Amino acid sequence: MFLINCPFCGEREQSEFKAGGEAHIERPKQPTELSDDEWAEFLFMRKNIKGVQFERWNHAHGCRKWFNIVRDTSNDQIKAVYKMGEKPPVK
Amino acid sequence: MSKNLRFKSSKQVDETYRISFKFNNKTYYGYKGDTLASALLANDIHLVGRSFKYHRPRGIMTAGSEEPNAIIQLHDNTSRTEPNVRATEIEIYEGLVASSQNCWPSVNFDIGGINNILSPILPAGFYYKTFMWPKSFWEKYEYFIRKSAGLGKSPKEADPDIYEHKYIHCDVLIIGAGISGIMAAKISAKNGLKTLLVDEKSFLGGSTIYDNSEFSKINNQITSSWLEKEINEISKLENLEIKTRTSVAAFHGYNFLLARENLTDHLPINQRENKIRHRLLKIRAKKVISATGAIERPLIFDNNDRPGILLSSAIKKYIDLYGVACGENNILFTNNDTAYETALSMVQRGIKVNAIIDNREEIDSKLSYEAEKNNIRIFKGYTVVDTYGYKRINGLSIMELSKDGQKVIGKKIRLSCDSLGVSGGWTPAVHLFTQSGGKLKFREDDQVFIPNKYPSDQLSIGSCNGDFSLEEITTNTVSSVKKFLNVNNTDYKTFEIITGINKSKRNIWLLPSDKILGKTKSFVDFQNDATAKDIKLALREGFRSIEHVKRYTTTGMGTDQGKLGNMHALGIISETAGTKMGEHGTTTFRPPYTPLTFGTIVGRNVGEFFDIIRRTPIHDWHVENNAKFENVGQWKRAWYYPKANENMHQAVQRESKAARDCAGILDASTLGKIDIQGTDASEFLNRVYTNAWSKLAIGKCRYGLMLNEDGMVYDDGVTTRLDENHYIMTTTTGGAANVLGKLEDYLQTEWPELDVYLSSVTDHYATISVCGPHSKKIVSKVIPDLDFSDEKFPHMSFKNTKIGQVKCRVMRISFTGEQSYEINIQSNYGKSVWEKCMEEGKDFNITPYGTETMHLLRAEKGFIIVGQDTDATMTPIDLQMDWIVSKKKYDFIGKRSLYRSDTIKDDRKQLVGLLTENPEEVLEEGAQIVADIKKSPIEMLGHVTSSYYSPNLNKSIALGVVKGGKKMIGQKLIIPMENKNINVTVADPVFLDKEGERLNAKL
Ligand SMILES: [Zn+2]
Repeated sequence: MFLINCPFCGEREQSEFKAGGEAHIERPKQPTELSDDEWAEFLFMRKNIKGVQFERWNHAHGCRKWFNIVRDTSNDQIKAVYKMGEKPPVK
Repeated sequence: MSKNLRFKSSKQVDETYRISFKFNNKTYYGYKGDTLASALLANDIHLVGRSFKYHRPRGIMTAGSEEPNAIIQLHDNTSRTEPNVRATEIEIYEGLVASSQNCWPSVNFDIGGINNILSPILPAGFYYKTFMWPKSFWEKYEYFIRKSAGLGKSPKEADPDIYEHKYIHCDVLIIGAGISGIMAAKISAKNGLKTLLVDEKSFLGGSTIYDNSEFSKINNQITSSWLEKEINEISKLENLEIKTRTSVAAFHGYNFLLARENLTDHLPINQRENKIRHRLLKIRAKKVISATGAIERPLIFDNNDRPGILLSSAIKKYIDLYGVACGENNILFTNNDTAYETALSMVQRGIKVNAIIDNREEIDSKLSYEAEKNNIRIFKGYTVVDTYGYKRINGLSIMELSKDGQKVIGKKIRLSCDSLGVSGGWTPAVHLFTQSGGKLKFREDDQVFIPNKYPSDQLSIGSCNGDFSLEEITTNTVSSVKKFLNVNNTDYKTFEIITGINKSKRNIWLLPSDKILGKTKSFVDFQNDATAKDIKLALREGFRSIEHVKRYTTTGMGTDQGKLGNMHALGIISETAGTKMGEHGTTTFRPPYTPLTFGTIVGRNVGEFFDIIRRTPIHDWHVENNAKFENVGQWKRAWYYPKANENMHQAVQRESKAARDCAGILDASTLGKIDIQGTDASEFLNRVYTNAWSKLAIGKCRYGLMLNEDGMVYDDGVTTRLDENHYIMTTTTGGAANVLGKLEDYLQTEWPELDVYLSSVTDHYATISVCGPHSKKIVSKVIPDLDFSDEKFPHMSFKNTKIGQVKCRVMRISFTGEQSYEINIQSNYGKSVWEKCMEEGKDFNITPYGTETMHLLRAEKGFIIVGQDTDATMTPIDLQMDWIVSKKKYDFIGKRSLYRSDTIKDDRKQLVGLLTENPEEVLEEGAQIVADIKKSPIEMLGHVTSSYYSPNLNKSIALGVVKGGKKMIGQKLIIPMENKNINVTVADPVFLDKEGERLNAKL
């Protein structure tokens, strides 16, 4: 169980959080303009990296805020935490 | 018992305190401080169990948690009995009852022992190879295999003991209170760090605490005396907490560790009442120091598993710590110097050492000279080739090793003994380190794996780090701990060390024999009966990865996780395959280090505390009125209210009829309620629901369907516009938390520009739904000030009002198809308003109904229940709910997915009604629906999702999903059941009052 430094509450146990999958996949502004393939790309395709991954997390049992983290999936080390809308740190 | 195996004045045992215990139904005596193993050995009992596969007699082999053989069944009652308890760890107490496991009818005569004779036909992988073919026979084999396999018996009743969990936060956690752990604790605590020191044993000091040899000194003091003073000193330190009988089970990432503190297992039974038995410590440490020590290796030779064969260090521990000799005529077999320490401990106590067999040709240490001085025969360059004695070793034969150590030469010499101590050198206990994700490296000099890369802020010290000599331990511990903790000051200056040990060692993983390998039984994993032959067989059959060899041969897969033999398995693999150690990987040690009981794992979360129970404000009334409850998520919901002798069916039929004929009342408080406010609230609802919301007038209610982005139905419920920028949304009971989470997700991440705020108010309101043709009369009496006329208060609208002084909201909405009012009032008034409704409804036969009747009533109307009639593969189109999907809205969650090539297919499963040919026949929910039962394989068209006997229609009704069902209205289908095929006709899912006239029904 790792510790996550919620940008709003500070360091808390993983059990307080809910994982929300890959970060920086924006919902298309005009879905009706998209082909089936383009829509499917947004809907289904996610990376599953062994290594540094950008992820969304929600402090579900805390402040309920969503934010992003950069996590090395091979050892669970969290390299960075940043708020929604903020620029991701350079890889 | 004529033998004298117990000595006076030992370190651990209190000879003034005698304790009686039972082992295999016989009473024995030991002393306070004894483990079950030391007490049994003092009674000259070595044979304690049978091995897993061949049922060979096995004895106590070690003196610690690495024990593979002496695992016993503790307690004889059915609630507390515990299998796989290590006799080497359990401290005896008055009234202890233990027995051997894995043997029948008794440990001395075991029928399964036939497997030992059959063993040539029971090689590794035997079960896999033999019993997996033909496949259909597995069921038959399984019964016999399961019957003869298995270690011990599990308890049959609920565990009566108390367990708890506790969080601990500290600066430094030190695992292991041997010499290096004690020194680290002193350095850490004296530098002001909040320190926790844990050890699995009942005493501090590890193996050094009984090191009384003249040949081992620190600063001119006998090592054990020096350490005793250290322990004395640290026990007074304020910021040091010491926990004994506490074993670390798991070392996770981020320095999160689980440890079990054993609080009562050593106490007499009558002193345990109302005390916590085990405490699971959840430790968060800023820094972790592992000082977990090392485990002595056995040696791998033919018949190396007989009772009476122990690790040499275990024999020493039994002598020095417990005052117990393991035999009267001892032989030691070693490849290094440590066995000589054991020999000298025996000499000191006057125990006969018949001989020392040493693999090495040259030995040059103070200890060996001292042994020779004491007239102990030393066979240099020799190996044991066989042992004798079935239930107890009575002798062995030895032969000379060839120069390269690959063969034996010369004549066989036979020696007699009643105990054999073996020492194959030491293996650092790196289990916890590797659990935490640490990487090992192989040290060629002495053939050990030691910590290499630390995955977190942690350090390994002492022998678990490969520092075996007293010099290395003391010096390296101080310097590395200082650096690790970033401190400068310690009480330790220089160490003057005297030691009799020389580091030399002759490592031979599998000792040669005069027999061919196929004729030997050289055990590598004692608990799982895996031999060197098995490992070589696995390699011959093409297995290479250690993880595969391990599974094929079951090496290291017992309750001891192969703490003794794993290194030999690796060694034999690399020797046979001609590769380097570690090239095939090392096996992964998984938590727990030693087994945990379920009680420890669940702690207080048992019985009614197993999960959170949510009760509505009206719950007590339901209980008082004989409701049966069903669990909906964490909620307890009234299911039905049986009267007198009614069964569930009768109660539900009565309730359902009353709700339509007169009046029904339902506790709907569990429905999720989300308060939505903000200037963009309407726009927000437009985006999350499939239908349009902007034009909903203030004071009106609307049903909404929420999809996932993939177009599948996610949740539904009625949302009411309370004000211009204020809505209250209801969700399904089970979906409430997830819906709120999903809405927050969209608000925070996709649409942060929207001015909308969400709050869960589920628990703030009690919701009472009164339905039926008399409902209006009843609520008019409950709230006399409110105008309930259809003109002023039509269907799908809401009113703010008051009951007495208490504000409440009344919604006229219906999930039953009847005229229906929902009163929402502050929770703590819920029960009294409910009682008032009951009182005012008495003359109208108001009938409380539960979830089962609610489900039946809505099914008559063809209303779906998300999660029952849908399963995350149903679109609104599949549900025949096209009417709720806005064509005009540019976008909403899931819209684009509704015309993906897959979702527009005609042959998707669609929701339909099903009517049975025989109106009395009620279908089973979940039953498959087919068209042609002659076809093979039968094509499954769908399944029944909801099914009831409708008392209002006097026939059986059902909902189901059927491929292309929409176009099949009127068509006949078949529900094949175990004993019969049921004929059904596809129908419209709305069975009752399609026109909705009952919503305004007047009586
Ligand atoms: Zn937070």
